[in-house]
Amino acid sequence: MRKMTYSEAIREAMVEEMRANPSVFLMGEDVGVFDGVWGVSNGMLAEFGHERVRDTAISEINIIGSGLGAALVGMRPIVEIMFGDFLMCAGDQLVNQVAKARFMSGGKANVPLTIRVTTGAPGSSGAQHSQSPESWFMNVPGLKIVTPATPADAKGLLKTALRGEDPVLFFEHKMLYGLTGEVPEDPEFMVPFAEASVVREGKDVTIIGVGIMVQKALTAARTLSGQGVDAEVIDPRTLVPLDKDTLIKSVAKTGRVIIVHEAHRRSGPGAEISAMLAEEAIEYLDGPIIRIGAMNVPLPYNPELENHVLPNENDIVQAAMKLCGKV
Amino acid sequence: MRTGPEANEMKERYASDILAEFFRRMTLVREFELRAIEERRGGLIPGFIHSCVGQEATAVGACMALSQEDVITSTHRGHGHLIGKGGDPKYMMAELAARSPGYCNGRGGSLHIADFTLGILGANGIVGGGLPMATGAALGFQMRKEKRVALAFFGDGATNEGSFHEAANQAGVWKLPVIFFLENNLYGEGTAMYRCTPIEDLAIRAQGYGFPGVIVDGMDVVAVYEAVRDARERAINGEGPTFIEAKTYRYRGHYEGDPQVYRTPEEIKEWQRKDAIVRFRAKLLDSGLFDDGDLEEIQGSVIEQLDNAVAFAASAEKPAVEDALAGVYADTHNGLVF
Repeated sequence: MRKMTYSEAIREAMVEEMRANPSVFLMGEDVGVFDGVWGVSNGMLAEFGHERVRDTAISEINIIGSGLGAALVGMRPIVEIMFGDFLMCAGDQLVNQVAKARFMSGGKANVPLTIRVTTGAPGSSGAQHSQSPESWFMNVPGLKIVTPATPADAKGLLKTALRGEDPVLFFEHKMLYGLTGEVPEDPEFMVPFAEASVVREGKDVTIIGVGIMVQKALTAARTLSGQGVDAEVIDPRTLVPLDKDTLIKSVAKTGRVIIVHEAHRRSGPGAEISAMLAEEAIEYLDGPIIRIGAMNVPLPYNPELENHVLPNENDIVQAAMKLCGKV
Repeated sequence: MRTGPEANEMKERYASDILAEFFRRMTLVREFELRAIEERRGGLIPGFIHSCVGQEATAVGACMALSQEDVITSTHRGHGHLIGKGGDPKYMMAELAARSPGYCNGRGGSLHIADFTLGILGANGIVGGGLPMATGAALGFQMRKEKRVALAFFGDGATNEGSFHEAANQAGVWKLPVIFFLENNLYGEGTAMYRCTPIEDLAIRAQGYGFPGVIVDGMDVVAVYEAVRDARERAINGEGPTFIEAKTYRYRGHYEGDPQVYRTPEEIKEWQRKDAIVRFRAKLLDSGLFDDGDLEEIQGSVIEQLDNAVAFAASAEKPAVEDALAGVYADTHNGLVF
């Protein structure tokens, strides 16, 4: 199968949908002339022109709010927010307007709005350009939250978002943009929401990774196999909706679970997943549910401090060894 | 300040059915509000009411200058806008009463009434919340080359919100077919405008976004209508947005029960002397097109319509508690979104 980067896969999903449907368009800061600050929309302005690849003012309130307005009159906007940290600028529009429009109108408002946003620490970018805010919005009914970890999932999940009728927060990890992987050529290839992916099968411990941590969990699993621990790695792919069954089945098999994400540990996605497992799968567990995430401090600029604060492969290996009684 | 025509001039410019409709809708807005206040006291309506009594001319004049296909975004003081745009008092009253046949099936309430078939994108509980939405709707119209406009209602308080600045700026850059319609009623909730805004005429803010700002007598329905009609013409001709500041006043509190310590009864009385309905009624009589009997007949039909609306709301089915989970998403993925 052909290979492409995570970034190219996202672009291909957008381009295919824009070719197929004139209602789909992209707008955001620097998405046109600049080709996207992360290069994701590279070349799209040349194909679609300023009409459908729209450079906006640095105005997150209006980017998200006008995305909603355009969606309400039948467009299917893709809006890009350059850094997840900037979602807070548009807090009202996202939380009070976009998320609630359908419900408040008695189910009549159609909101086919995809908000593409970057997440995670790209390295020494400081506390306002490095956050992983996924779980902040898990507490907001009305949004769907997608966290692709591979190029194929990035493409397939984005296609699902773009063809759906609900607002989607689509979190792209900055350090995954260069990741290469196989992506099916079929333009109808889609990855459904609410279907977790068993990325690696194992019998001793379940490692549930979110976003980039899926890749780190895989590296950890390879190390662990040399230590006699056979780890299963699961990627929920969508945090809302969450495929509980796949997670519970894995835990039933292994009896041990570690949840790992780059978001801060306190009230990160792992808090919800662990609470769900405690409620619905505690009888299968032979040990505590372990959460691994960034320490509860703003992300530091200094590289050594930043690495100290962020979770890594070794943290996963250590936690798994301990949980499996190997240390 | 742009004002409306005197009786003779008005008669020249407008057919009598349009003039009657101005009067009917303004009367309907006022009577709807007074009735809703009464029904809240009586227990039919569980939520707060932010009435627009006094602001009938802005709501009705602006909406009547729009086409059925145009859209509006409204505010927390939105009942007049909804009626102006063709909203049915029956379904509005049912929504206020939190009943199933209400516009939002009883899940939205006064602050969130929407009807997409009428171009009502929604009232809004957040000050300035609807402005980016209107900009986005206008963007959709512009991209599809449709001769439609979006009109955003907002108050003086909203002009100090970031959403106003961002929406107006982007609309100015893209010359979007949007009308920013400010109902300046001099108070942002319980704070007088002069205490939180350093200028008196907010229309001058439009200059900063590269489009015209127009001041209009918000107590004159025809003046408002003409200002919006011209702004709409500009918008659909590709000339971009217009900011209209209508000077108006709300006679009642920010919400029903507001002690109103921030203003004097004399000030309220002074504005009531300029009452839009009373003035327009007098003009209709002066024009010779209508007599007292004609206008009383219109008033009577409005009262009857509201009696029916209240009866409908009171007898309407209440939503089942299980309905609370309906309509959050188009696709719930077998309930896994919850």
